[in-house]
Amino acid sequence: MRNVPDFLRPNKRNAWLAFVALGLLLLVLPFATDALLGRGWVRIVDFALLYIMLALGLNIVVGYAGLLDLGYVAFFAVGAYTYALLGSPQFGLHLPFWIVLPIGATLACIFGALLGAPTLKLRGDYLAIVTLGFGEIIRIFLNNLNAPLNITNGPQGISQIDAIRVAEFSLGRSQELFGITLPSVHLHYYLFLALTLLVIFISLRLQDSRIGRAWMAIREDEVAASAMGINTRNIKLLAFAMGATFGGVAGGLFAGFQGFVSPESFSLMESIMILCMVVLGGMGNIGGVVLGGVLLVVLPEALRNGAGPVQQVLFGKTLIDPESLRMLLFGVALIVVMLWRPAGLWPSSQRQRELEAHDGEAQQEQDTVYDASR
Amino acid sequence: MTHPGEHLLKLSGVSKHFGGLAALSGVSLHIKRGEIYGLIGPNGAGKTTLFNILTGLYQLDGGSFSFAGTSFSCCKPHLLAQAGIARTFQNIRLFPNMTALENIMVGRHLRTHSGIWAALTRHAAARREEREIAQRALELLRYVGIHRHSHTLAKNLSYGEQRRLEIARALATEPKLLALDEPAAGMNATETESLRVLLQTIRNSGVTVLLIEHDVKLIMGLCDRVAVLDYGKKIAEGVPAEVRNDPAVIAAYIGGGT
Ligand SMILES: Nc1ncnc2c1ncn2[C@@H]1O[C@H](COP(=O)(O)OP(=O)(O)OP(=O)(O)O)[C@@H](O)[C@H]1O
Ligand SMILES: [Mg+2]
Repeated sequence: MRNVPDFLRPNKRNAWLAFVALGLLLLVLPFATDALLGRGWVRIVDFALLYIMLALGLNIVVGYAGLLDLGYVAFFAVGAYTYALLGSPQFGLHLPFWIVLPIGATLACIFGALLGAPTLKLRGDYLAIVTLGFGEIIRIFLNNLNAPLNITNGPQGISQIDAIRVAEFSLGRSQELFGITLPSVHLHYYLFLALTLLVIFISLRLQDSRIGRAWMAIREDEVAASAMGINTRNIKLLAFAMGATFGGVAGGLFAGFQGFVSPESFSLMESIMILCMVVLGGMGNIGGVVLGGVLLVVLPEALRNGAGPVQQVLFGKTLIDPESLRMLLFGVALIVVMLWRPAGLWPSSQRQRELEAHDGEAQQEQDTVYDASR
Repeated sequence: MTHPGEHLLKLSGVSKHFGGLAALSGVSLHIKRGEIYGLIGPNGAGKTTLFNILTGLYQLDGGSFSFAGTSFSCCKPHLLAQAGIARTFQNIRLFPNMTALENIMVGRHLRTHSGIWAALTRHAAARREEREIAQRALELLRYVGIHRHSHTLAKNLSYGEQRRLEIARALATEPKLLALDEPAAGMNATETESLRVLLQTIRNSGVTVLLIEHDVKLIMGLCDRVAVLDYGKKIAEGVPAEVRNDPAVIAAYIGGGT
C-alpha cells in the first residue's frame, strides 16, 4: 500500500544512500559548477531553481486539477513587482525581504483566486484563452502604469532593487561562512534550493491528501466529482490560489536576485515555457516537472553558449545565429519528445500504469483474437 | 424495513424543458424510506433527466422536490450529495485514471474534513482520518466484491466491475437515497443476478434505492413499487405486478403512447 512508511521497505538502505548522495551533490553543486563551467553557470542554476518552483506551482493547476492555465506568468509578475515596488528607490520604500516576500505571495494568491473566479465554468480551450488574456492584461498594465501616476516605471522597469537581506546578512555580496567565502550567486543558490525543496515537499504532501484527490477527481471528471459531493468551485479556486502563491514567491526571489524587473520578463512566451516544463517533464509527477524545469533552462543556455563555437569548428564560420538555432532546436526537441513520450519524459506512476495497462489491454485483445481464430 | 407513511423523497409537479421539448412535465411521486423504487419507461421518457434534477446537474423549471424534509428547488450538486442523494451514471462516469480504491476515497470527501493544513502537517488527527478513509474504501470494495482490484485503474476494470465500483463510490458518500441509472445495462445473466443480490443487501442496510432499469425481470423481482414515465409524464405507479398489466403501460411500450 501507498501509506507504508519508507523504513518498512526492503530497499530502505539503498534509498538512504541515494538520498545522502543527492544531498551532497546539491550541496557542492555551485562550487563544482563554478570550478568547471564558470560563475555564469551558477547563475543559470539559480534560475533553473526559480523555474522549477514556477513549474511546480503550475503543476498544481494543470497537472493535478487539470485546469489549463496559459497566463501563469502573471503571478510571477505580481510577486516580482510587489518586491520591486516595496524594496527599491522607486517609492523609497525598503521593506525587509521577509516581509515583502509573504506580501507578494499573498497578493499572488489573491490574484489567483481573482482569475479563478470568473473562469470556474470554463473548461479546456476556453479556459486557456481566458487565462492567456489575463496574463497579457497584467503585463500590459505593468507596461502602462507609468502615467499619469508613475507606479511601475513602464517599459523601463524598476532597477536598483534591494538585494535579499535578513538583518545585516545580505545575499547581494560575498559572505564569509565557516571560513568559506560564498559569492552572491552561491548564497542565492542555497536560499532557492531550500525554498524549492519546501515547494516539492508541499506538492508531495498535497498530492496524497484529501484535497489532492479532489483535484484529481475534477481533472478526471468534473461532473462526477460534483455528484460525489465535491464543491468544485472551492476546490478549483484553491488550486488556482495555491499555484499562484508559488508563482508569487518565485517572483519575489527573482526580483531580489536580478535587482531589476521589467514587463518584458513576463511575456506569454514565459507562460508557455513554464507549461512546457510541466508537460515535457511529466504532468502531475513532481520528479518529471523538476526534470522539465532543469532541462528547459539548462539546454537552451548550453545551446546559446555552445552553438557558436561548434559551428566555428565544423564550418569555420557561424552559419546560423545561435539565438535562432536555439529556438529551432527547442521546437524540434519538443516535437520529438511529444512523439516519443507523449506522457512526458518522466510520467507520473499513474500515467505510467495507464500506458502499461494499455499494452496489457492490447495483449488481451490479441489473445482473444487468437482464441477466436483457433 | 419500511416505515409506512414516512417519505424520504417527494416530487411535486417537477418539469424540465429543453427548448420545445418537455423532457419532464409535472411529475409527482413519493418514495418511502427503505424501499426499492423502480423507474421505468421507453427510451427518451425522461428518466435520466429526473436523476439529473435530483442530483443538481440540471435545474428544474417547474415544481419542486423535497428530500428528507428539506425542500430543494434549485441546488448545487454537492449540496444534494451532502443532503444524502448519491447516484451512478447511465454511461459510467468513474475517475478513469485513478485506482479503484482512490475512486472510492474520493467518495469519502464529503464526509471528511482535512484541508490544506492537515495535508501539509499530517498531524495525528489528519493521519487518523486518512487511515479511516482508506479503510472504509477497502471495506466498500469488499462489499461490492471487487477488492482484488483495489489498485487497478478504474478504466481497466471490466464493465461489470466498473458498475460495481460506481455503486461503491456512491455508497462512500453515506447516502440516504441511492439512485442507480441502468446498473444492469450490458451485464450478462450471472452478473445481473449478483447485482440483484447486492442491491438487496444495500436495501437491507437501510439505504433507499431508486432504480432505473430496462431489465423487466430485475425490476419485477426487486422493486417494491414502480413508476412508469412516458414522454416526460408519469403514466402509472404501483406494485410491479399491477403496473405490468396496466393498459397505458402496455400501450407506451408497444409504441402507442400519446
Ligand atoms: N441536455 C439536454 N439537452 C437537450 N435535450 C436533452 C438533454 N438531456 C436530455 N434531453 C432530452 O430529454 C429527453 C429525455 O431524455 P432522458 O435521457 O431523460 O431519457 P431516458 O428516459 O433516460 O432514456 P434512456 O432510456 O434512453 O436512457 C430526450 O428526448 C433527450 O433527448
Ligand atoms: Mg437514461
